[in-house]
Amino acid sequence: MGMEALLGYGFLQRALLAGLFVAFACAILGLFLVLRRDAMIGHGLSHVTFGGVALGLFLNLLPLVAALAVTVLASLAIMKLRQKAGLHGDTAIGILSSVGMALGVALATLAGRFNVDLLSYLFGDILAISPAEVGLSVALAAAAVALIFANYHKLMYATFDREAARASGVRVARLDLLLTVLTSVTVVLGMKVVGILMVTALLVIPAAAGLQLAANFKQALVISAVTAAFSVAAGLAASFSLDLPAAATIVLIAFVVFGAFFAARQMRR
Amino acid sequence: MSEPDELVRVEHVTFSYNTLPVLEDISFSIYRGDFLSVIGPNGSGKTTLIKIILGLLKPSRGAVSIMGRPVAEFRDWSKVGYVPQKATHIDPFFPASVREVVAMALLSTRSPFSKSRRDTDRQVMEALRKVAMESSRNAAIGSLSGGQQQRVMIARALVTSPEILLLDEPTTGVDLETQHLFYEMLHELNDRQRITIVLITHDIGVVNRHVKKVACLNQQLIYHGTHKEFCQSEAFKILIAEGHIVSHSH
Repeated sequence: MGMEALLGYGFLQRALLAGLFVAFACAILGLFLVLRRDAMIGHGLSHVTFGGVALGLFLNLLPLVAALAVTVLASLAIMKLRQKAGLHGDTAIGILSSVGMALGVALATLAGRFNVDLLSYLFGDILAISPAEVGLSVALAAAAVALIFANYHKLMYATFDREAARASGVRVARLDLLLTVLTSVTVVLGMKVVGILMVTALLVIPAAAGLQLAANFKQALVISAVTAAFSVAAGLAASFSLDLPAAATIVLIAFVVFGAFFAARQMRR
Repeated sequence: MSEPDELVRVEHVTFSYNTLPVLEDISFSIYRGDFLSVIGPNGSGKTTLIKIILGLLKPSRGAVSIMGRPVAEFRDWSKVGYVPQKATHIDPFFPASVREVVAMALLSTRSPFSKSRRDTDRQVMEALRKVAMESSRNAAIGSLSGGQQQRVMIARALVTSPEILLLDEPTTGVDLETQHLFYEMLHELNDRQRITIVLITHDIGVVNRHVKKVACLNQQLIYHGTHKEFCQSEAFKILIAEGHIVSHSH
C-alpha cells in the first residue's frame, strides 16, 4: 500500500502530522543535548513523565497536561539540585527519575488505573492521538523549534565553549534553563509518539546519525531533522503495512538509518 | 575616575575557593597598548585573576573595572577578546567548521537578523586572515592540529575587533616552533594593530622578545613592572631556581 493510500486514513494523517513536528523538535534539541553530553536528561525526564501521567489519571486530568506540568517542574528541580546541592547532573537526574517512576507506580495503583491507559503511555500510541492532542503537539513543537532557532548562535557558542561564551556576554544560565524546559516539553510530546520507554531514542538517535556525516553544524542539524522525519514517516507506513507497533517501528528505522550513516563514515575514512 | 588609556583596573582583589585562599589583595592596572605577561607557579591564581577580570568569578573583596565601568555593569564585551586555557582541548567530534567557530563570537551577541551574511563572512575572513588561517575556513575544527586550533581561537577572539585580548596559557601542548610563530603573531597584533594583550604563561623565555610588562603572582602580586627589570629581580631568580617558571629561548 502506497503512502498516498495510507494518508486516506484520518488517524494516520493525525499521527503523521504530530509525529513529524515532534520528531523535528526532538532532533534539533537532541543535537544540542548530545553535544553537551546531556542526552540522559531526556531519559531521566521520561521516567518523571510516567509520574505525571499517573497523576493525571489519578486526578482525572488530561494526562498530557499533567505530565507537562510535572515534567517541567522536575526539570527545574534537576537544575536546582545541580546548582545548589553540589550534585553532578547524572545524580540529580537519577534521583528525580526514580522518584517520578515511584510516584507513577504508587498513584496508578491507588487509582486502580494500572491498565491499558497507562501502558499506552509507556509504549506509545500515536495512531490513537486525538485532534486536540495533535493541536497541542504541533503548537508546542513549533514553539520549541522557534525558540531554539531564535537562540541558535548563542546555543551553539555555549555548547562549543561555555566559558568563552560567558566571557562574550552570553547568558549561559538562561540558555541552560531554556534547554531544560524545552527538553521536558519535547519529552512529554515524544511520549505520545514513541512512548515513555523509547522517547530518548527520538532525542538521541537522529542527532547521533547527524554527527556521523556532518562537516559542520548546519549539516548536523539538517541530517538529524531529516533522519527524524524519515523515521516517523517510514515507521508509520511500515507499522501499518506490516501490522507492527508504530513506536517500535519508528525507533528501529531510526536505528537502521544511524547504522547506515555509521557504516558510510567508516567507509569514508 | 579612570585615566583615559586605562583599560582594566584591579583594586585590592581577594578571592578564596571555599576556605582556600587563592588571591590576596591584588591591585594593578592594564593600559592601552600594554603587552602584559601574567606569570607564577601552578596554583598561584593566574587563571582565577583573569576570570575575575572577565566577570566569570566574583572576588570576595575588592573590585575590577573595565574601560571605566565596574565589571558587573560592563556590557560591551565585544571589546574584550578571551582565549581560555582549554582551547587546546577542543572536542574533536564537534561538528563545526572553522568559519562557524569564528562566527560564533560575532553572532551570539546579536539578533539573528541584525547582520547580513555578507558582512559576517567579511569579518570572519578578516579575522582568519590575521592568523593566517583563511585557507582552512571550511575545515572541521576537530581536524586541525593543536597549533591551528589555537589560531582559530585567536581569530574568534579577534572577530569582534577587541581592544584587549586575554589569553590563558594559549600554547599548552603546542610544539616550540609553533609557539614561536604564535608569539610573533601576538607581537604583530600588539605592535601594528595596537591591541592590548594580557598573556598568562609559565614560560617567560618564549615571550621574552615581546612582552613589555610582567605581573608575577603567587597568591599575592609579588612583582608588577617592566619585563627587563623583572628579569633582574630577586623574585625572578627564586621562581626560576625553584622551577615554578621555565625559560625556553629561541
